[in-house]
Amino acid sequence: MAYDKFTLLKSNAVPLPNENVDTDQIIPARFLKATERVGFGDNLFRDWRYDVEGNPKKDFVLNDSTYSGKILVAGRNFGSGSSREHAVWALYDYGFRAVVSSFFADIFKNNCLNIGVLPVTISVAFADKLFAAIASNPETEIEIDLPAQKITLISTRESESFDINEYKKENMKHGFDDIDYLLNMSKEIDVFVANN
Amino acid sequence: MEKTTLFDKIWDAHVVKSVPAGPDVFFIDKHFIHEVTSPVAFLNLDTRGVGVKYPERTIATPDHNVPTINQDQTIKDQLSRMQVQKLRDNCSKYGIELHDLGSAHHGIVHVIGPELGITQPGMTIVCGDSHTSTHGAFGAIAFGIGTSEVEMVLATQCIMQSKAKKMRITVDGILGKGVTSKDIILYIIAEITAAGATGYFVEYAGSAIQSLSMEARMTICNMSIEMGARGGLIAPDEITFNYLEGKRYAPKGAEWDQTVAHWKTLKTDEEAVFDKEYQFDAADIEPMITYGTNPGMGIKVKGTIPTTEGMEGSNKASYLKSLAYMGFEAGEAIKGKLVDFVFVGSCTNGRIEDIRSVAQFVKGHKKADNITAWIVPGSKEVEKMAHEEGLVKILEEAGFELRQPGCSACLAMNEDKIPSGKYAVSTSNRNFEGRQGPGARTMLASPLTVAAVAVTGRICDPREVFEN
Repeated sequence: MAYDKFTLLKSNAVPLPNENVDTDQIIPARFLKATERVGFGDNLFRDWRYDVEGNPKKDFVLNDSTYSGKILVAGRNFGSGSSREHAVWALYDYGFRAVVSSFFADIFKNNCLNIGVLPVTISVAFADKLFAAIASNPETEIEIDLPAQKITLISTRESESFDINEYKKENMKHGFDDIDYLLNMSKEIDVFVANN
Repeated sequence: MEKTTLFDKIWDAHVVKSVPAGPDVFFIDKHFIHEVTSPVAFLNLDTRGVGVKYPERTIATPDHNVPTINQDQTIKDQLSRMQVQKLRDNCSKYGIELHDLGSAHHGIVHVIGPELGITQPGMTIVCGDSHTSTHGAFGAIAFGIGTSEVEMVLATQCIMQSKAKKMRITVDGILGKGVTSKDIILYIIAEITAAGATGYFVEYAGSAIQSLSMEARMTICNMSIEMGARGGLIAPDEITFNYLEGKRYAPKGAEWDQTVAHWKTLKTDEEAVFDKEYQFDAADIEPMITYGTNPGMGIKVKGTIPTTEGMEGSNKASYLKSLAYMGFEAGEAIKGKLVDFVFVGSCTNGRIEDIRSVAQFVKGHKKADNITAWIVPGSKEVEKMAHEEGLVKILEEAGFELRQPGCSACLAMNEDKIPSGKYAVSTSNRNFEGRQGPGARTMLASPLTVAAVAVTGRICDPREVFEN
């Protein structure tokens, strides 16, 4: 369904340098039982964020008030495993509008683009710079400029460009989803079926 | 003519339109749905006032959160019950074929598709589940999608998809005794890592792959996602055709002959070029087991857990966090470690061949006292065959608890959870933290290794436990 338009995002960021964070960590399977898209943010990173009694774990970054922001800077191979879109719903619902990593799993990345969370792939070197900057100053601001396809560390003005295909970029800028496009292709799809 | 791969041939035949500087509008032949990733898609259709374009191309079954005992009774868990009911309501509203709980062909979606002959060579198949790659064993392009895409398929029978890069993994030679297709795929993932095939669609080739049964091929394609691949496929051959002949939805009579003639053309041209190639020797593969919290963290059962030598920064930190979760030390042997649970089942290894293999080896043995052994057939059909072939009796005599079909402890959405801190050796596909229950410690292995662990109560090499 339609989501908020994404053009320019300037925010401080939450660091999560762990590698191979799979979608079972982002949202465990036992929280996938809803039949509507509501309340997933509460269970984002559930088992890293809360103990079995439901008390916040002090050492987890989302429970550390030092860090906040609409950008999650994540370690390598973020979003691997299950295709559950609920993982991205949880990130969006919690308040993240962009995830930055040096490497994303495929299905997760597609799911992000489909619901309006921008996946920004950067070099390992730039990721290391971001982690270091946030570690030394949690107020560090990052700017993500979608039209210019550029991510900038505000404090040092260091920046890097990132890839996104033109079609997806336009969708994100306008808050469109693929289904709007596909519904307009109904006749061409009928012709394809008739010919095959 | 340009030389093309099997993947190109199927992909290109399903492109309705290529969007300039964008993805392809990609047509989907068959769409499987289950209770967990479909309800929001249906809800959105209602909100948009859009119906299901080709309901006959979608097949449904509840599998992820169904109980595996007392399936004839009302589901106790309220949320699970509501989700399964929602699937029933949606299927009935739109005229979608549903293989409901307790019916003759109920089961895990990736087990019943092939079993019914719905999955066929040359098709494009999707499902809101990453293990949809299983169906690639038939020479189909099959992959997992998110709920937004489930909605797209329901509304238009298409999704917007960029074509993946192409990888070929060739395994030649003869597999050693006690080495199964699960060991092949765990070996490959350990070699190329859990992210090693991200961005690629994989074709598995070579004499070791060609020698495998359809069940064994499905195990391999199933776990393609565990190295990051969108999917994996194997060119169809006589083994494929023999499996499909006579299946409920397979073509019949003259149509069968024509279809098989077409299927025989579905293979990679000799000079076709892949973006990346790997070659492995079957003789190097031994029984495998995972020791960490992603499927790339696998070693030979006889091996030792890798040290942190050469690792640094977040890579080393992530590795040590993983070992701490598992309660293992870098550099130690894995063989001999005590185990609490064994789980035989899932879309990876819940087929009749897997159950036969476990039964054959535990026959005349008893499970160790420290082991709780669950065996969960992938479908009603598998369950029925296991009874008819006398496998259930053998397994029960060995102390295994046979449950009813479903995804079960593979992802622990239902009551089948491994308790916190306990060790499970599992035939499933993921050893992520908490995958089999909060705090559960999972080690992935073949059905044969699991059978050996059940008998000895410890991590062991099946070749040292079972003679012949």
